[in-house]
This record gives sequence, C-alpha cells and structure tokens, in this order.
Amino acid sequence: MIELENIAYSYGGRALFHDVSLTLGPGSFHILTGASGTGKTTLLRLCYGDLTPTGGTVRLFGRDLAGMERDRLALSRRRIGVVHQEARFLDHLPLRDNVALPLAMADRLGGEEEAQLGDLLAWVGLTGQIDQRPPELSGGERQRAALARAVIMSPEIVLADEPTGNIDWEMSERLLQLLIELNRSGKAVLIATHDLALIRQAKSAVDARVLRLKDGQLEMAGAAL
Amino acid sequence: MKALLAQAAAFLKGDPQADRIVPPSGFTARLTILSAAAMAFLAVFALALSLSMGRLAADWAGELEGTATLRLPDAEAAETALALLQATPGIAQARLIPPEEQQALLAPWFGPDLPLDDLPLPTLIEITEDGADLAGLRARLAGELPEAILDTHDAWRGPLVAAADRLRLLGWICLTLIAGVTVAIITLAVRTSLAANNQVIGVLRLVGARDVTIARAFVRRFTLRALLGAASGTVLGCTAILLLPAGDAVLPGLGFRGAGWLLPLLIPILAALAAFAATRAAALSVLKEMT
Ligand SMILES: Nc1ncnc2c1ncn2[C@@H]1O[C@H](COP(=O)(O)OP(=O)(O)OP(=O)(O)O)[C@@H](O)[C@H]1O
Ligand SMILES: [Mg+2]
Repeated sequence: MIELENIAYSYGGRALFHDVSLTLGPGSFHILTGASGTGKTTLLRLCYGDLTPTGGTVRLFGRDLAGMERDRLALSRRRIGVVHQEARFLDHLPLRDNVALPLAMADRLGGEEEAQLGDLLAWVGLTGQIDQRPPELSGGERQRAALARAVIMSPEIVLADEPTGNIDWEMSERLLQLLIELNRSGKAVLIATHDLALIRQAKSAVDARVLRLKDGQLEMAGAAL
Repeated sequence: MKALLAQAAAFLKGDPQADRIVPPSGFTARLTILSAAAMAFLAVFALALSLSMGRLAADWAGELEGTATLRLPDAEAAETALALLQATPGIAQARLIPPEEQQALLAPWFGPDLPLDDLPLPTLIEITEDGADLAGLRARLAGELPEAILDTHDAWRGPLVAAADRLRLLGWICLTLIAGVTVAIITLAVRTSLAANNQVIGVLRLVGARDVTIARAFVRRFTLRALLGAASGTVLGCTAILLLPAGDAVLPGLGFRGAGWLLPLLIPILAALAAFAATRAAALSVLKEMT
C-alpha cells in the first residue's frame, strides 16, 4: 500500500538517509526507532507524500508519488491516517469539528462515520472535551484527539509519530491498545518511537517488525530489543 | 438555467461546516467590504455620467436636427428665397422670422429696448427640412442669391454632441477602471488571507483536502463580502444622486431616469460575479504555489 524503494533524502546538503526500502502492506505492524534526529519523522512524512525524496521511488497505493497530481495525493491522504509528533489542529474550532475535519474535507459529513464520532471520542477518552478548543487541551489529550482524527475515515494505514510522547504510562498503554485494535481489524500500522517500554509492550502483543534508523540506513532490530 | 439558479442558491446558503474551516479574519474582510462599497459608489456616478451624457448628446443632436436657418442681407431677397425654398423637394416648412420675434431672441443679450431698426440685422428664414438635398440647395442659392448663407447648425452642434459623446465614453472608461481596481483589490485581499491562513491550509491538506474544497471556503466569503460592500456603496451612491440639484434644459442633472434606475442594481451583482471569479482564480493559483 505504501512502498518506499531505495529512498534517499538530503536536507541542506546533508544526506539524512539513502537506500531505504520499506513496504507497509495490509495488516502489517511496524515500529520505527532510532536516536533523535536520525530522521524518523522525515521518513514518515515521505510515507504520506508530505516530503518528496531526493532519490528513489515512493508509491502510494500502487501509484508513483513523483508527478502525482495534488488532487490524487489528497485522495490518497484520506486513506492514510497520520498522528503527528506535534499534532496541529484548527485552533478556532472545537474538538468535535477538528476530529470530523477529514470527513468535512471529503464531503462525507452526515454519514454513518459522523454518527460514530461520539463512540470514537469515547474510545480515546475525550467525551468530556468535545466542545473544547485544541489550545485548551493537554498534550496527551491532543495526541488522543490526533489519533481519533487519524482514524475517523477508516484509513487503511495509520502512521503514528511518537504517539506516546506527551503522555503518562497508563495512557500510552491505552493508546497502544487502540493501535493494536486497529491493526487487528486489518489496518497497517507504523509507530515511530524511542520509547523502549512501548516497543516491548507492542512486541508482546502483536507480530511487530522493529526497524531502526542508524547512520542513514534502516536496519532490522528484532533481537536486540 | 434552473440548475444554475439552484447552484447559486446553494452557494449563497453555503455549507456552514465548510465555511468555518477558515477562521474569521477582520482585516481582509474590512478591506474587501470597504473597497467594494467605495468602488460601487464611484461606479454609480460613472454610470450616471455615461447615461446622462448619452441622453444629452441625443437631445442636442435630435433637437436641432431637421432645422436650418437661411440668412439674407436684406428683406428684398426674402421673396426670392422663400419661392426657391418652396420649390425645393424635402423642405417641410420655410418661415420668415418677423422682427418682433428676432427682438425677443436678442432681448436676453441686449435688453428689451434694442433699437432694432437702426441695426443692420440680417433677415432670417427658419427652415424645417425632411430629407432635402441641402448640398443641392446650397448650390442653387449660390447661383440665385449669392449673399444668402445657409446655416444647418452643424458648426456648433457637432462639437457639443462630440463633447457629450466623449464624456459618455469617459464614463464607460471609469466603469472599466473601477471594475479593474475592484478585481485587483479583491485578489490582493484573497492572497493576503491565504498567506495568513498558511497553517490552516497545511492542516487541511494533511487530512486530505483538495484545492477546490479549500478554495471554496475563501471564495464564498469574499464573494459575499463584495456583494455586501457593493450593495451598500450602490445605495449610498444612488442616495447621493437623488440629492443632487435637478439641473435644467441646457445642462440636465446627473442621474437616472425611469427604468434607468434599475441599472445601478446591476452593480452589486456584477461586483459579486467579479469577486467570485477573482477569488477563485487567486485562491487556486496561490494553493498551487503552496506546496
Ligand atoms: N524539511 C525539513 N525541514 C527542516 N529540517 C529538516 C527537514 N528535513 C529534515 N530535517 C532535519 O533532519 C533531521 C531529522 O529530523 P527528524 O525530525 O526526521 O528526526 P527524528 O528522528 O524524528 O527526531 P526525534 O526523535 O527528535 O523526533 C533534523 O536535523 C531536521 O532538522
Ligand atoms: Mg520526530
């Protein structure tokens, strides 16, 4: 569904990585780890077409990202749910509208997905915050709101960048549970994190491939963790 | 047509959810409303100028059309001249202007006590023609009454009509300029608004918004603002024109007559259409640049 083939990415003259290949197929569960600044976020952004690689090929749902029209990219984005490291919202709208935003942009408001908005917010434990604006939410609440927004369109792939970065252990365990549930329902999940406890937890629950970014390369890091 | 109207109605009603994705912004909103109002106000005057000058030109051209004056050095020639005129096809009427009438015509300039008999005044024959061959008439007059002068009023009527026509053209040029400036200001306001909402647009794109969807929220806002501004400007402009002095026969007042009052109603509609087109084009081109 998302294929990276021999990707290279340089920024400001510095090669962040080269020859990186990665395939996110249906039902797969990947964990991406690596020291801060190695390019985890960058790799994720390449996965949803937010950045263009300086070498190699990115294919979204079988189509080459290079030369893809923006409308086609927008349609692909609707099939990929992203939880950003620093989740950004529309600060002038209440949480309810922010979570429903992908539906509004796809002209799918008023359907059954919107009817499930309440359930979705209950699932991430934000029922009480439904009318609050994003700046009034705590870091963890924002991250859970981002997860709710990422999955409201029932995407085929969920990419989560440090989803537990701002939250306590109990809450991050719950968030992982949410992602595992999504994976069990057949969605591809990729989590970028350097939270070791989270990685161990995930490995014990699902068949997760752990990948590490190091020295500009992507390597398997199964046994070491 | 029906589908078009339904579309327009849906556009005006709007989709509250889609509209709210752009935060309300005071600056560009005020800029658009105020400039649309000012431009509509000016447009009302330019339109009134065009229409009034058009009427004036037509009046001047029409009033003296079909009339001419034959000037004779003395009364003796009048008999010959009248006979000649009556024999000319296309001359509807030829009338000798009696001295009293001549006095009445001159009174406004020289006062009522003008000693007409002492003055070497020409004898005037007023001609009403209806498709006469004036060039032929002139040739025959030159043969029979060489001192007679045929005046078809062209000499002074021409420049007046030309001046009125020129003013009317000026009015249309003003309208075109006003439309151009309005489009430019709205384009600028839209571009500013899009730049100010860069973050918002980034979020919308991340959740899979297409350019047309994002543009729509901006287009509707700016179109409605232009409509609102232009409507108030038009009302103010029309009020100002109603308050102008009425004018007289020579210089009729600036304004609209009868059904002409319906024309300013077009200004807000045209402003909204122009704003729609300008906003759409500007938004889509800015979104294309923003990647
Ligand atoms: N488009 C870009 N704009 C700015 N900086 C960039 C860009 N792309 C890459 N970088 C740089 O690349 C490096 C990797 O950044 P990235 O955010 O991907 O790291 P990370 O592995 O996610 O780090 P962390 O664990 O701290 O989140 C940083 O030094 C960053 O400044
Ligand atoms: Mg990062």
